[in-house]
Amino acid sequence: MWYFRHINKIRPSLNLKSLARFNHVQVKESIKRLQISKVLIANRGEIACRVMRTAKKLGIRTVAVYSDADKHAMHVEMADEAYHIGPAPSAQSYLNAAKILDIAKKSNSHAIHPGYGFLSENVEFCEKCTKEGVIFIGPPPSAIRDMGIKSTSKAIMSSAGVPIVRGYHGEDQSIERLQAEAQKVGFPLMIKAVRGGGGKGMRIAMTEEEFLPQLESAKRESLKSFGDDNMLLEQYITDPRHVEVQVFADMHGNVVHLFERDCSVQRRHQKIIEEAPAPGLSENTRKAIGEAAVRAARAVGYVGAGTVEFILHRVTHEFHFMEMNTRLQVEHPITEMITGTDLVEWQLRVAGGEPLPLTQEEVVRRGHAVECRIYAEEPSAGFLPRAGTLHRLRQPAPEDNVRIETGVREGQEVSVHYDPMIAKLVVWGRDRNEALAKTRAKLSEYQVAGLETNVNFLLRLSGATAFVSGDVHTAFIPQHEAELFPASDQRLANQRSIHAALGFLLNSQRNNSITPNWKGISVESASWRPNYQLRKTIPLKFEDKDLKVTIEYETAPNSYRVQVNDGEWQQIEATLRDTELGLRLITRIGDRTSNVGLLTYEDQVHVYDENGQTVHYIPRPKYQAGSEEDVAISQNSACSPTPGVMERILVAKGDKVVKGQPLFVVIAMKMEYVVRSPRDGVVANVAAVKQGDAVGKGAQIVLLEDAS
Amino acid sequence: MLKVLRGTRRLYVQCRNNSQAVVIGSEPNRNDPYFQENKLKMDELVDELRRKTGEVLKGGPEDSVKRHISRGKLLVRDRINRLVDEGSDVLELSTLAATDMYKGQVPCAGIVTAIGKVHGHECMIIANDATVKGGTYFPITVKKHLRAQSIAQECRLPCIYLVDSGGAHLPDQAEVFPDREHFGRSFYNQANMSAEGIPQISVVMGSCTAGGAYVPSMSDESIIIKNQGTIFLAGPPLVKAATGESVSAEDLGGADLHCRQSGVTDHYAIDDEHALALARNVVANLNWNNEQRARIYSAKIDEPVHNIDDLHGIVGANIQRPFDIREVIARIVDGSRFHEFKQLYGETLICGFASLYGHPIGVIGNNGVLESEAALKGSHFIQLCATRKIPLLFLQNITGFMVGKDAEAGGIAKNGAKMVTAVSCFKGPKITVIVGGSFGAGNYGMCGRSFSPSFMYMWPNARISVMGGPQAATVLSLIAKEKALREGKEWTDEDERKVRAPLEAQFEREGIPYYSTARLWDDGIIAPKDTRKVIGLSLSAALNAPFRDSKFGVFRM
Repeated sequence: MWYFRHINKIRPSLNLKSLARFNHVQVKESIKRLQISKVLIANRGEIACRVMRTAKKLGIRTVAVYSDADKHAMHVEMADEAYHIGPAPSAQSYLNAAKILDIAKKSNSHAIHPGYGFLSENVEFCEKCTKEGVIFIGPPPSAIRDMGIKSTSKAIMSSAGVPIVRGYHGEDQSIERLQAEAQKVGFPLMIKAVRGGGGKGMRIAMTEEEFLPQLESAKRESLKSFGDDNMLLEQYITDPRHVEVQVFADMHGNVVHLFERDCSVQRRHQKIIEEAPAPGLSENTRKAIGEAAVRAARAVGYVGAGTVEFILHRVTHEFHFMEMNTRLQVEHPITEMITGTDLVEWQLRVAGGEPLPLTQEEVVRRGHAVECRIYAEEPSAGFLPRAGTLHRLRQPAPEDNVRIETGVREGQEVSVHYDPMIAKLVVWGRDRNEALAKTRAKLSEYQVAGLETNVNFLLRLSGATAFVSGDVHTAFIPQHEAELFPASDQRLANQRSIHAALGFLLNSQRNNSITPNWKGISVESASWRPNYQLRKTIPLKFEDKDLKVTIEYETAPNSYRVQVNDGEWQQIEATLRDTELGLRLITRIGDRTSNVGLLTYEDQVHVYDENGQTVHYIPRPKYQAGSEEDVAISQNSACSPTPGVMERILVAKGDKVVKGQPLFVVIAMKMEYVVRSPRDGVVANVAAVKQGDAVGKGAQIVLLEDAS
Repeated sequence: MLKVLRGTRRLYVQCRNNSQAVVIGSEPNRNDPYFQENKLKMDELVDELRRKTGEVLKGGPEDSVKRHISRGKLLVRDRINRLVDEGSDVLELSTLAATDMYKGQVPCAGIVTAIGKVHGHECMIIANDATVKGGTYFPITVKKHLRAQSIAQECRLPCIYLVDSGGAHLPDQAEVFPDREHFGRSFYNQANMSAEGIPQISVVMGSCTAGGAYVPSMSDESIIIKNQGTIFLAGPPLVKAATGESVSAEDLGGADLHCRQSGVTDHYAIDDEHALALARNVVANLNWNNEQRARIYSAKIDEPVHNIDDLHGIVGANIQRPFDIREVIARIVDGSRFHEFKQLYGETLICGFASLYGHPIGVIGNNGVLESEAALKGSHFIQLCATRKIPLLFLQNITGFMVGKDAEAGGIAKNGAKMVTAVSCFKGPKITVIVGGSFGAGNYGMCGRSFSPSFMYMWPNARISVMGGPQAATVLSLIAKEKALREGKEWTDEDERKVRAPLEAQFEREGIPYYSTARLWDDGIIAPKDTRKVIGLSLSAALNAPFRDSKFGVFRM
């Protein structure tokens, strides 16, 4: 457990004596040291749990807050005390600053740890805490404010010698001046309307020749859209990398960095896989970017944990300041893994007035760490978030070099109200290849049912050739779409269908295998038939395609012949075992034995193998699926495409609608889904749903009928 | 070790804990040419059995099977597979009934009868195959239907009728309708089983016309499928002829009419799958045998020590080749353990105690002709089992009782009669398997069909007749020769051959298992290696009924 080496040096108590060990640090005697013995965590989910773990380790009592939706959540159970703060929507609960502060005082909490998101970068909250005498575990309000305004932060950075994106923001808008400035900035170049937004009045000039025509075009559009054609110029970096540096500062003026993280590969502008250190950087660049980050933190008088984000050129490794996040980041564990630190412990100590436990020289890095964010989402549907019950959640067991950060348990909900992250898988390896290989092995141990997840996608992503070679950048996913979303391999698909069908069959007969031997006789049931073999056809649906698997029982025990659709018959041996890892289906085809996880629930059969998880559906019998009349109804109805919250209903009973006309709007995960009429008709009925009500996926909201 | 939840189980437990009994049987020399020849012949017989079964499983003519499927109906065995629990064994009875009868047009006698588990309850399933002559009742169909009901009644198994039948096969009406053991008897049985508390459940999956209308009507609960099942005393053509009224079958006796108006049926299904799911629900709500079911415990069951597959090489196809019945017993009972009774007395009849899937069983098998001592030993053993309430297994390979002056003088007639009395009056479950010959009074003493075994099966090598073909030919040719000589005629070898040949041929034809099973003289032909399983399932079914006390008639001393 290399990465705990440093932690062990720190005695788990917060007294002045322990500071004697850190004689290297400057200690300003004016700083008042506070004994934090109780902390309120103004957050939920995995980060709340993660903060509590460290607090408990340090002997600090923990206070949780929770909304209606989180009554039975893991963070509530972990805390020493927990207080209800309001209904499920975060605006009325986790963002309710007054209420949270009130509880902090009521519970005699010395400090508030805001986690990430929610109130973590809220200046007013930070100020209010200070005013009320509660320690806000984070930077001073001024630093948050400075970094919150982009133009201010860039100016501060520029004067502190932190490289920022070159550009021209001047008032002289003459064509000649713009052309001259453009040459100074270099190409490719972005021309942006000063008043612009939403991509309007924005053009990219790849070469000098393109500059004038693009400038004119941008000006025209800007004038039309905003009544103003003032332009600004900025250096345009094609498909850059996103590299960020973890910094830490104390109240005594010490600032260190803990190396960088690469978070380039993103979807929907959100990170899904992060690694530390960034692959392919030279030691010079690494040093330069780290030092730049320290300068940035110093420039705003930073205290606590922060992250300085840079845009890094893929080829030249030239980097520019983008922004600073004044909080602990989701992906902080990979930094902890490679530096052997506990950043939450640092946060608590620094907030208590202690100096940083390590000097810059003492912060050393070893090995490579990768974090995967397991999300409830559907990668093949544009990474749409999903919500619902985690009917099954089996995760890899934590090990020395494997951390599982999670805030939910099997049977709990992934709520529409919050971030749909299920867990973070953090893996350390001696080098990048080892870390990636171990990541894939651990990803394939995930078993989730009830919700779609990105586990399969993460498996493909972490194994993609370009990713493995370290060629990461922000356009990675669209650029490697073919490899990341491959057409299904028929042979592999067949094998999985066989596993699904056999698993389903064996599982459904499992409970019937022993005769209720109430008369003292127990003939084990084995689908036996006299003088012939039972043959069963299992209809399945996989990726919206119907297929059937025919299984014939052979005379030898556990032996079958199987056929997918009208394909070749295969000889197969199969047994089902109930293990600690859940149900395992062990099959042998020829000389190949495979051992896959299996779960059947409702009409789904989940197979978990080395390529991730697949879901087959057992078509419901007609009598359960509803009558033919019901089927006709579905073509007449408009349903919610996702679990979410009703924003507004735009039609009423009796309204005439045309095909494509918006009927209602659902909000899920901060995204608006506008549902349009599938055809011309008249609104026959509207469900009794009000604004703000939660609606399930597929809930029928509007029913149409023919216009009479 | 066994965990016993109730004190009443103690008797069984002591018997089951048979580990003190001797492991019997021996490992055969599998390279012995005699063994190999036996194996080859028996393999052929079993292959033939599976081939014939495979033909029967196809059901009726191809076009009627296609028509059946195109209507969205499931084939009869698919219906049964969906009715029973996933993984349940299905003990299908008399699959080869009607073999070579009615020009081979009525495979399986047009009706499938089987015991399978529904929600853990063993049920008798009686299902028409509408692809075979519209599911109409031939004489042998009636016999098979009644046999299944009699098993159900004796074993107290809930009956589930999957009805899809056009009623009596009219050209055969004289052999189907009027007599005591004809079609009407099935309704008599339904009424009486219902009276005895044995559930009667019908699923109307096709026509139930005329007499057939009584199957659902006399059931405790019934299910009907819309646009598919119909029940009426007279169909639309007959109504038109009788009253001039024009009406569709659905309006006359469909699901809507019977579920909403007449009340003839209780549950409304939209298709086969639905109807079978409803039937399962009906069984789940029977509150059947719940008291006993609470006493579930699991026992470790030892499989036989010896390989059951070796039976092919040990027994062979030639019934004139003797084999030690202990080798068969050793391959059927738990752990091959057998506590033999009177091993040194009447050695041609082997008797002893064993257990089968954890349940005690008394086994009686033949190792030669029955002599007086053997008959006395058998009678004694049967009385022991009756007293101890232990079911009996008869393994028949018997040429008959001993004949001759000494035997008669020794009272073979009265001693044989004792065994016949004992077998007749034994009221517990008794299962007979003919593993070789079954001739003459030996058939009686060893619980032949007339002695109402709960179940009776034949191996494919078996032969059954009043005596052996050659013996019968000898008897008849001797009589013919005497008559000829008395009349002063010549008796040539040619005359001898003319008498013998047709008789021997007839005995061979009528003695084979297919002839027997076609006529329901047994409940099915089984492969030797399936014997343990089949007896186990049969015994399990039979144990649904209480073990009655046996009261024996006068034993002539």
